[in-house]
Amino acid sequence: MTDPHPGARWKTPEMNARLARRHASERRFRRLGLAAILTAMAGLAVLLISILSKGIPAFWSTEVRLDVRFDAEVMGLDATAPGADADALARADYGALIRESLREIFPDVEGRREVRSLQALVSVGARNELRAALVADPDLVGSSLDLWLPADDEVHMLLEEQIDRDAPESERRLSDTQIAWIDALDAQGRLRGVFNTRFLLSGDSREPELAGIWGATVGSFLALIVTLAIAFPLGVAAAVYLEEFAPHNRWTQLIEVNINNLAAVPSIVFGLLGLAVFLNLMHLPRSAPLVGGMTLALMTLPTIIITGRVAIQAVPPSIREAARGIGASPLQVVTHHVLPLALPGILTGTIIGMARALGETAPLLMIGMVAFIVDVPGGLTDAATALPVQIFLWADSPERAFVEKTSGAIMVLLAFLIAMNATAIALRARYEKRW
Amino acid sequence: MNAVLIAAPVAALALACFWLGRRRALVAVGGRASELHSLPGYYGWYAALLCALPGLLIAALWIVGASWALDQLTIASLPDGVRGRAPSELALFLNDVKNIAGGGMQVAGGGEVAGQAAQHYIALRSRGLGYATGFALLLSAVAGFAALRRVRPELRARIRVEAMLRAALMLSSTLAILVTVGIVLSLVFEAIRFFGLVSPLEFFFGLQWSPQTALRADQVGSSGSFGAVPVFVGTLLVTAIAMIVALPIGLMAAIYMTFYASDRIRRLAKPVLEILAGVPTVVYGFFAALAVAPALREIGTALGLSVASESALAAGLVMGLMIIPFISSLSDDAITAVPGALRDGSYGLGATRSETIRLVIIPAALPGIVGGFLLAVSRAVGETMIVVMAAGLAANLTANPLDAVTTVTVQIVTLLTGDQEFDSAKTLAAFALGLALFFATLALNVLALHIVRRFREQYD
Repeated sequence: MTDPHPGARWKTPEMNARLARRHASERRFRRLGLAAILTAMAGLAVLLISILSKGIPAFWSTEVRLDVRFDAEVMGLDATAPGADADALARADYGALIRESLREIFPDVEGRREVRSLQALVSVGARNELRAALVADPDLVGSSLDLWLPADDEVHMLLEEQIDRDAPESERRLSDTQIAWIDALDAQGRLRGVFNTRFLLSGDSREPELAGIWGATVGSFLALIVTLAIAFPLGVAAAVYLEEFAPHNRWTQLIEVNINNLAAVPSIVFGLLGLAVFLNLMHLPRSAPLVGGMTLALMTLPTIIITGRVAIQAVPPSIREAARGIGASPLQVVTHHVLPLALPGILTGTIIGMARALGETAPLLMIGMVAFIVDVPGGLTDAATALPVQIFLWADSPERAFVEKTSGAIMVLLAFLIAMNATAIALRARYEKRW
Repeated sequence: MNAVLIAAPVAALALACFWLGRRRALVAVGGRASELHSLPGYYGWYAALLCALPGLLIAALWIVGASWALDQLTIASLPDGVRGRAPSELALFLNDVKNIAGGGMQVAGGGEVAGQAAQHYIALRSRGLGYATGFALLLSAVAGFAALRRVRPELRARIRVEAMLRAALMLSSTLAILVTVGIVLSLVFEAIRFFGLVSPLEFFFGLQWSPQTALRADQVGSSGSFGAVPVFVGTLLVTAIAMIVALPIGLMAAIYMTFYASDRIRRLAKPVLEILAGVPTVVYGFFAALAVAPALREIGTALGLSVASESALAAGLVMGLMIIPFISSLSDDAITAVPGALRDGSYGLGATRSETIRLVIIPAALPGIVGGFLLAVSRAVGETMIVVMAAGLAANLTANPLDAVTTVTVQIVTLLTGDQEFDSAKTLAAFALGLALFFATLALNVLALHIVRRFREQYD
């Protein structure tokens, strides 16, 4: 072999320096790549930590123990006919009962303002609990009960050390006296932290300590049912047609281009479509999971069609040819052989599409699923909200206690998403066939 | 819900037709199924499908048109004094009527008239539902009967049924086109109404955006001004910040994962990127508004800079984080599509790995990377929740990332939530913005596809 550069000397200082430079640049490049990965990881870590650290307290609530005496006179009930009239029981003054039992603990509190700020330590929801107890058992009138009642969110935040005791009084939501009362209650063992079932099982509320995500969860669930009922059959049908039956002509091409484009259309545009067509044109009810689900279905349809086509493509042609060979019609080939074999793949794609729809917020804002709704929706046309929209609403709320509720709701939403994606992955791992 | 009441008896009827059709075919050949043209079930399907079709059509019509028709009939029955009110008041009144009819409380105080109208509304609704159900059943019964009469052994039932099913499959695939047409039509119609109120010149070139219509007509700026340039500039600013974050990180991450990463790092990094891609945007929005924006503000104050509490930077940074996995997966596809021979050739000439990547792989993968970048831009432009929660409403015409800006999607959301009046320039402006957004993202997507196709290097 001849040397192409007869005069080249590979070990000169210039050569060595150049080589060192090139290797240094190689190392720099490599470190840059690692830094990129680490940045992405750090971003995710900060995101998750900030949400977990804020959200975990949402699953705990503070309760206060009060000795409540159901005094008919204090409640404003007619003492001559105790327990007779359910309507009167429902309208009685339960705030007064709480006031009285608090004053028994702090007998030296005087004056309307003082009493009111003392009473503010107990949640407004405590009255509803007393009412419910009394309506359930009218014979309680006149008796005394030792009850754990929900405390106000400010009490909870103080105990969770979310409120800075050293801040000037004017910058705190709790006054010095209120903090002293809370400490006294705590010292008497009248405060406890419990698992916050209310957060998981009730609807929205203006009071952070009473607000829950059940209403939003049900709303999301109903909307997703509608989405699935529309998008799955239509998406699978379209995928089957395009893969198995469509002639190769301009019309088919147009459909394909359209589907790919729809997959990239911003979700808010689907919201505008839902608003213009479903609400303004068809006059379907606003804020209803029905309309939300229909809008999300249009958004999910391209995903299902695209993943469905990939799954159908993966079924080898030999299966089709064998079925044709023993006399199956084209449609029988599809329904008896291709679809069952492609089903795991189609389902995986569908679940991923549903998970995307579950996390979607913007289109739901457009069709009015953004109202403050206390009741848990009972049907597809009831006014409802959805989990991500609930997160958006709470994030907007000025009350600081809603920050932890928001983070808690995000944790629940992420848990749902993780569960759905894990199902999809498991499904793929379990049923995926290699031909 | 009521549509189910129509569809359920029709479905029952179709079920009966299935059974009858199957039996009729079998009876005609004395139970010897092999003498039929098709399997007996197909005769049943034939009768059932033909029977169900008209009834279900009526149910669909009910879903689409019933509430509108009910509204019109109720309005027509109202006394003249109420009917003559302004459309928005009339809508409120109608809402009241429906609330009362639904057993709820009235809000706006319609009084006795509303009560009567509610009675009328309930009566109309139940009567309408009765008519619709009866009509649907009648049509279905007639169609089913006709179909059953045609069931004979020589009827090619399977071919008929399969033709119907194939037609259904084809119709579902055309839905995609319908959706696109629906989007374009609904946006264009409302946008045309908007441009009837505000000139397109002002919209596309005006520098002042303040869509708030005043409460009183004589107030200053009561007509609002609709110059959308600050909104477009804000969108571009946030998008640019996001891309400055996402492009280098995403691209370098893809390169590192393909060429350098050990299995352990890859096993760790892949799920991280997948989780980043799967986190809902509302969560990113909350993160931007609650963690990133205050942190930036503190850093800004420490450096002596004034950072708006809803700065473009916070929204852009978090949006960049969201887009990293998008860019990295698209660049990964582009990089792995480059044939290994190019890489090996470069190594063979003595190039280091980074030289190979920079001088051979990236140029070869460039069309794919640029296409992915454009798709990511389109994603960033259309992203809504992050900017709604972390960017502001103030339409400042600025290129300073520390200032508050607003974006197209933020304006669409604010213009359309709350107010329910669909005639004002304010709400119609949202549709004009939506139209601009739709065509901008469409153009980006088409351009991305075009670049990938046109400039792709062919190696085989």
